[in-house]
Amino acid sequence: MAETPALSRMGLYGFVYPVLIGFAAFFLLPMVVVVLNSLRSFEEITQSSVLGFPRSFQWRNWSEAWSGYCMAGNCTGIRPYMWNSLVMAIPATIVSTLIGAVNGYVLSLWRFRGAATLFAIITFGVFLPAQMKLVPWAITLRELDLSNTVRGLILIHIIGGISFTTLFCRNYYVNVPQDLIRAARVDGAGFFQIFRRIIVPLSPPILIVTVIWQFTNIWNEFLFGITFSEGANRPVTAALMALNANIAQAREYGIESAAVLLAAMPTLLIYIFGGKYFLRGLTAGAVK
Amino acid sequence: MVAILASQIGHGLVPAPEQGRARWPRARRFWGVTAVEQIAKLVAVLALAVAVLYVVGFTLWTTWISFTDSTLLPNYTFVGIKHYTRLLQTRIWQVAYANLAIYGFGFMVFATAIGLLLAILIDQKVRAENLLRTIYLYPMALSFVVTGTVWSWLLNPGIGIQGFVRGLGWTGFSFGWLVDRDMAIYTVVLAAVWQASGFAMALFLAGLRSLDADLYKAAQIDGAGPARMYLRILVPAMWPIVIAVLVILLQFAIKTYELVRALTAGGPGIATTLPTTVVYDYMFQRGLMGAGSAAAVMLLLSLLVIIVPYAIYRRLSARRRIRHG
Repeated sequence: MAETPALSRMGLYGFVYPVLIGFAAFFLLPMVVVVLNSLRSFEEITQSSVLGFPRSFQWRNWSEAWSGYCMAGNCTGIRPYMWNSLVMAIPATIVSTLIGAVNGYVLSLWRFRGAATLFAIITFGVFLPAQMKLVPWAITLRELDLSNTVRGLILIHIIGGISFTTLFCRNYYVNVPQDLIRAARVDGAGFFQIFRRIIVPLSPPILIVTVIWQFTNIWNEFLFGITFSEGANRPVTAALMALNANIAQAREYGIESAAVLLAAMPTLLIYIFGGKYFLRGLTAGAVK
Repeated sequence: MVAILASQIGHGLVPAPEQGRARWPRARRFWGVTAVEQIAKLVAVLALAVAVLYVVGFTLWTTWISFTDSTLLPNYTFVGIKHYTRLLQTRIWQVAYANLAIYGFGFMVFATAIGLLLAILIDQKVRAENLLRTIYLYPMALSFVVTGTVWSWLLNPGIGIQGFVRGLGWTGFSFGWLVDRDMAIYTVVLAAVWQASGFAMALFLAGLRSLDADLYKAAQIDGAGPARMYLRILVPAMWPIVIAVLVILLQFAIKTYELVRALTAGGPGIATTLPTTVVYDYMFQRGLMGAGSAAAVMLLLSLLVIIVPYAIYRRLSARRRIRHG
């Protein structure tokens, strides 16, 4: 591992910490603002600004955001939308990861003719902008009678995630020595047995990365959520936007801040506790 | 190409599979095994077929619809490139691309510069490196909806930074980019830079740490000072990574949608409209599926204009490396 040449020898050391800390403040500022606002009262924010320290802690904001606040006529808070996102993200993450593992296995270890081309095509799906998929999905969901359902969104995220999961798994399995597979075949092991007995036990490192990547992306996804669901079926990102666009009533910044934090919580927690895996996914999927 | 990118930037980021861990039991042969085998193979073929059909099928489907007069429902009568020529002449499409040019350029330059600066500074054996890295990168874990919403509050002239500074007593202070037609696009730059600079830093840091330590030693033995080391070693070695990061950020910029929708909703007026928002507008607001699809295809072509030359460049330089050993 190489060290970057020391700036200290160029007489620039005094400038390292101020810059690093200044940028840390820049990145933290919005988060600090939201956390503080989630504890401030409506009057306090509207009479001054969103930048300020709470005069008294309004814990009520959090309970309102969770289960009381009205959005588009429904006074349910964001709880049902959080539930929708969870019910959508968990199965979609699991199934798309499993399909990616199978595809990765086939493409890396059963190098049939055309495997490289198929892999290139699937990888191209990583670049494909979501806008190219909107119309086909609209038609497909209508045909399958899945418009405006959470199941429809699950389907979208399973299929839409396969490009990424296949890419991650294939690039990992390609390092499994071919000799291992050959030896297993000599012993009479077949396609499925090799997968179960050799590939699956080797997979936890890449599966963690894939699961974290998929869950974060699906949880944070907005375009499909807002396009293909309405009202009570919306995932939390789409519901937040509805809250945001609710200009008819005076903005409850305190409650909205708590709602934003609640919606961001799952992926933030994953990032804080699984940062290493998050970063690996981010770098491997850098071309998104 | 993704694999090339990943292997170049994150050399060894994902550790190679451990070898020799699997212990192979004596192979069993009874009638059940073959049935399981056949089903497993069928599942694998289906999974692969779905993945390929999805990419190829959906791309061709949207392209096909872009050549038809589909409105709310698909209508498969061919009308040629009508939507493309019309779209290129509409003002909103031109404004969208002009905005994308400003936003894409500003975002790329600032995110790359901040990312590189932070990576070099963090690589000076600083204290609390992990904490700083965590702080710089956490925005990437957030939804663009969250980022856009929070920045829309901070930049709101009444309730945000402007209101705060005025409240402090400087009543003439003005910071109203969000509602200023000429400046609104820079709020998108600001929010996107906030979200993605840490990501650029992470890529650069991985690059810096994968450089060969011998390079520095050799230069030191030659008596090169630190300034010259930056110029002679760091710059040439980091150059390919800088290009990779620029390409990644540019395609990120072209795909930006949610952030604008949450931050400015394309406004004021159409001042922050991007091609992605135009696509959505045509498809779902105006119910013009054919025209919207044409816009989506042009969006894809814009991406290809960036990615194809880059892929060719990567392949050529890889070949050159092999030839020179």
